Amino acid sequence: MDKLKNLKKSTKVSFLNYGIVLVFFIVVTALANTGHLTNSFKGQLIPIVSYIIMALALNLVVGISGELSLGHAGFMSVGAFSGVVVSMTTANSIAEGGVRLVLAIVIGALLAGIVGVIIGIPVLRLNGDYLAIVTLAFGEIIKNVMNCLYVGVDGAGLHMSFKDAASMGMAADGKMLINGPMGATGITKLSTFTGGIILLLIVLVVIQNLVNSRTGRAIMAIRDNRIAAEASGVPVTKHKLIAFVTSAAMAGAAGALYALNYSTIAPKKFDFNTSILILVFVVLGGIGNLTGSIIAAALLTILPEMLRKFADYRMLIYAIVLIVVMLATNNEKIRAFLRDLGKKDKDTGAKEETANE
Amino acid sequence: MLANLINGISLGSVYAIIALGYTMVYGIAKMLNFAHGDVIMVGGYIAFYSITLMGWPPALAVLAAIVVCTALGIVIERLAYKPLRSATSLAVLITAIGVSYFLQNAALLLWTSNTKVFPNIFEKLPGLRLGAMQIAPVTIITVLANIVIMVTLTLFTTKTKMGKAMRAVSEDKGAATLMGINVNRTISLTFAIGSGLAAIAGVLLCTAYPTLQPTTGSMPGIKAFTAAVFGGIGSIPGAMLGGILLGVIEIFGKAYVSTQLSDAIVFAVLIIVLLVKPTGLLGRKVNEKV
Repeated sequence: MDKLKNLKKSTKVSFLNYGIVLVFFIVVTALANTGHLTNSFKGQLIPIVSYIIMALALNLVVGISGELSLGHAGFMSVGAFSGVVVSMTTANSIAEGGVRLVLAIVIGALLAGIVGVIIGIPVLRLNGDYLAIVTLAFGEIIKNVMNCLYVGVDGAGLHMSFKDAASMGMAADGKMLINGPMGATGITKLSTFTGGIILLLIVLVVIQNLVNSRTGRAIMAIRDNRIAAEASGVPVTKHKLIAFVTSAAMAGAAGALYALNYSTIAPKKFDFNTSILILVFVVLGGIGNLTGSIIAAALLTILPEMLRKFADYRMLIYAIVLIVVMLATNNEKIRAFLRDLGKKDKDTGAKEETANE
Repeated sequence: MLANLINGISLGSVYAIIALGYTMVYGIAKMLNFAHGDVIMVGGYIAFYSITLMGWPPALAVLAAIVVCTALGIVIERLAYKPLRSATSLAVLITAIGVSYFLQNAALLLWTSNTKVFPNIFEKLPGLRLGAMQIAPVTIITVLANIVIMVTLTLFTTKTKMGKAMRAVSEDKGAATLMGINVNRTISLTFAIGSGLAAIAGVLLCTAYPTLQPTTGSMPGIKAFTAAVFGGIGSIPGAMLGGILLGVIEIFGKAYVSTQLSDAIVFAVLIIVLLVKPTGLLGRKVNEKV
């Protein structure tokens, strides 16, 4: 026990996060095996895991790197559709579904990462609200381009077009993979809850080790004071880019996991509203606080589902909850009350501090 | 070519009027009011029901929309944004998104998701003939309204006491308070003006593109926000210029490049402009101090 107490604070938080994910996994699996889960909730499991990964990825950019991104759904979209293409083209050559899922996620993450580099290099020269609007613009551009994207496969390999299905020059026996605004249809559902949890743990390991490394400290130094960091010899663009591209790749992985949970997926699923939804998870969970992101993403994905009995009013209630939570967490009196609570327990106090950053 | 240009200016004028609301609120409260687009939608619905249900003349309907939206703007500001004056800008942003969700879903419950066809309120007015080309009255009214609003706002911010107070608050909140300016009232006033403009924009938008849904406001909202940034956020002439340029680029993109990709073209131009001039076309450059 003493050994546990002597661990560094960051290590403790890391283990806490792994613990939360594992407990979530065990509880859900136990409930599912004993038949306590409703079907609608079971259907939500993989979206929940995907959104948690998205929230963690975005938190790396918004919380750790301090840049507001309003276009993260774009990376999710890239990952989703490249993942779908990979899983469908390998359907004949690789029999094992799990291997195809891993392959789809890896390629999805890779392509989203490449798009992240392309976008990140120009975008990261900007600051503040202007950076936010450019990420928004890129998100919309990705959605728009995906809307015009047609991909098919036949004996000769992959065909692509930005105009229509006919101009791809595909052989008659070819199969449409992505059909413009209709998106991809007839996807084999490869995603599994266990696979999602493993991906989530990998993402957590990567982010937490990045944040607590020399690179992570450099990234946070740039966030806190760019000029001071630059003067101390920290290469600004390089570190901003590391955070941004890592985040983009993770969003791509989450996208692939998400898309392979459905039989059809359309580009308009990954629009501005999705980017904002994920930002809401990050902000409500506490900017820069990974534990908060995990909990907020899970709760807020389940919340509309739990409000189902209010039927038509559920999104209205969701909006009101969102506003009230924001007002309450920013209310001076409530904050002071929480701080007093925190003082009684040193450990919780420290967590409050990170949450309030 | 000329027809496209005129269409572009007309669409751009609507963007410009919406962008003014964004830019004024941003200039003063330093916040992105994401609910602005939904106020446009509310304005559209109020005008729609005033005309179809109450049988009011269009002028009265527009007035009703302006009154309701102005009141709505003030109420939103009082309930949702005022308590967050000292909070981080991200907290305010999320609250604004919450308000946006709220308005959209309230509209969904009140007015259902069925698309309403907005009546052409300028039908009786004469159009303009330019050679072989016919310019619709709504186009002329939109451009005229835009010019009138621009001139009035410029005069308001430079000549009147309230307007000067608004500029002072946007320059330096602390100093303005010390000079005896009621900062809270000035911010409320800005929201009121911005929301009133949104109502006008809503009516013009729905007349030109006569479909009305609870989500009608969100895409024009995003584009007008882009226009505001394009012109330099916080600057009134910038919003004008940004709005009109955006409208023209969008229509030309649709006509000559690709209908499906027109939004992508708009945003690509925005990105290029921001990379060359990071604070927008007419934005002031703020030097960083250590």
